[in-house]
Amino acid sequence: MAWFKKTRKPIETTEKVSRVPEGLWVKCPSCGRALYHKDLAATLQVCPHCAHHFRMSATERLSMLLDDGRWTEHDAGLRSLDPLGFTDTKPYRDRLAASIEKTGQQDAVIVASGRLEGIPVVVAAMEYSFIGGSMGVVVGEKITRGVERALAERAPLIIVSCSGGARMMEGALSLMQMAKISAALGRLDRAGVPYLSILTDPTTGGVTASFAMLGDLNIAEPKALIGFAGPRVIEQTIRQKLPDGFQRSEFLLEKGFIDMIVDRRELKATLGRVLRLFGHRPDRARPAAPEAATGDVDAPAGA
Amino acid sequence: MAELLDFEEPVAVLLKEIEALSLMPQTPERQAAIAQLEARAAELRAEIYRNLKPWQRVQVARHPNRPSMLDYVELLFTEFTEIHGDRRFADDKAIVTGFAFFHGEPVAVVGHQKGRDTKSKIYRNFGYAKPEGYRKALRVMKLAEKFNRPVIVFVDTPAAYPGIESEERGVAEAIALNLREMALLEVPIVILVSGEGGSGGALGIAVGDRVLMQEFSVYSVIPPEGCAAILWRDAARKVEAAEALKVTAPDLLELGIIDEIVPEPPGGAHQDPKAAAARVDEVLVRHLRELRDLDVPTLLDRRYAKFRSMGREGQAFTTVTVAGGGDQAG
Repeated sequence: MAWFKKTRKPIETTEKVSRVPEGLWVKCPSCGRALYHKDLAATLQVCPHCAHHFRMSATERLSMLLDDGRWTEHDAGLRSLDPLGFTDTKPYRDRLAASIEKTGQQDAVIVASGRLEGIPVVVAAMEYSFIGGSMGVVVGEKITRGVERALAERAPLIIVSCSGGARMMEGALSLMQMAKISAALGRLDRAGVPYLSILTDPTTGGVTASFAMLGDLNIAEPKALIGFAGPRVIEQTIRQKLPDGFQRSEFLLEKGFIDMIVDRRELKATLGRVLRLFGHRPDRARPAAPEAATGDVDAPAGA
Repeated sequence: MAELLDFEEPVAVLLKEIEALSLMPQTPERQAAIAQLEARAAELRAEIYRNLKPWQRVQVARHPNRPSMLDYVELLFTEFTEIHGDRRFADDKAIVTGFAFFHGEPVAVVGHQKGRDTKSKIYRNFGYAKPEGYRKALRVMKLAEKFNRPVIVFVDTPAAYPGIESEERGVAEAIALNLREMALLEVPIVILVSGEGGSGGALGIAVGDRVLMQEFSVYSVIPPEGCAAILWRDAARKVEAAEALKVTAPDLLELGIIDEIVPEPPGGAHQDPKAAAARVDEVLVRHLRELRDLDVPTLLDRRYAKFRSMGREGQAFTTVTVAGGGDQAG
């Protein structure tokens, strides 16, 4: 007779606390070891012991991918006008203002030009800490402009997805961004300009069901959650617990929906190699600083 | 008698009275009373439907007797020939595809089908399409392109099917590919949201040159119940969520997401499917005629511009000055 029953572990939440918190030491959620924050920065937010990939901010991502950590940001000033006048437990306007304050960015994506191993590229990197990386009109517009820029310059496009999907607070306008970006990607596709989609943890909902799945290559980071419906929604539908590893990168590779899983520490080299294999060469003719090439009002970033 | 919704209670009272009267021996006075009550019921119903709240519109859009894609095919098209299967995995019953004549002209028809009674609902998976449904739809649209036939799409789904097999067969990829390829399809595409426009599951067959919406249809990024469950942690607050999400046809017209509202008979399309179909017929004919005269580059440029302008500067976003553009580098 068991007087003390083992308490059952509750269903694991999918929302891992994987943003690196403030403080000098970080506990790896996967292997449990304490990691010094500077070491973690040196390994691109990857645990040196177990290769757990911590979530990365958009600026860290751009620094990591682009030569000398330099890029020119485009359309940084686009800001949502709260087109629905949406209010749930608090007004969406307030949520936006708080996220702008917290991240120093106007919305959940940074679009930039730079060079990757010398190859001029356009990169869009999503920012998860801005309302879950959700896609509203600003994300849609910035990425679409990024696709159009890649098309005009015939520069390869890289989009790093990290998003819970369409942003509810902008309603059907958010939904339509899926069609808007996909239409632009259609033109890029027919023009023969490469588009590499990088799927990171998490990539779900309307982002997966539009641009994230449309890469000439879909490249995932290890163990990233990638899917259309969220795991909790599926569990409610089928009324049972999902198998381990369901909707993870390795599952999608097995099912044939992504081309490769690449460790973040190898990502830049892999992208460079793929672009060279697709016939793109480092552009040595133009000066390294990309801002000189455009009359764009956007200021260059980095130094 | 059509199934009544909760807000139609006042009408239900009158209908019961009519029923009671009609069971009694008929006298001229009684017949006059019945006629009067019927007129009053119709008037009352029209009055209620003029002032429907967003959640009530959701209920009408989901009404089990609401005319479906196959009803419209039956009423408006001839020689409908269904085409099955995605040639990859299976035939999805939640999306029906085929070719038919529309006013003598051969067209491709694509649409969700929810099913009406329990048996057909199960057969149709309640209108929740799986990847193979989206792939079948694209296959048929490519056939339409090959034979230079316009495409007419009926949208009516709660969502794409959120289940294991959907995910493992890549429902996200199937929808994404449709969005891209429909934007480039070299024949006219006219979309009618005829019931529930459920998120990506709807949009996956809803990129076209015209997006029309029946008066009491809804179209949203997430079902109100789902939105309420996430934002308020209480699915019961769906009524508020339906208001906040702006899911109704007039809302979407104002947001620039749809081109035109197709009026429904008083009391909704389910009260009089024939009258509803007649109005659908008129708008489809008109829009197809307008689109037929466009050359392919113009057609595609306009389709691109249409979706490109969803979420415009000044309406949905603005540009603020940010100091120094981007910020730090690594």
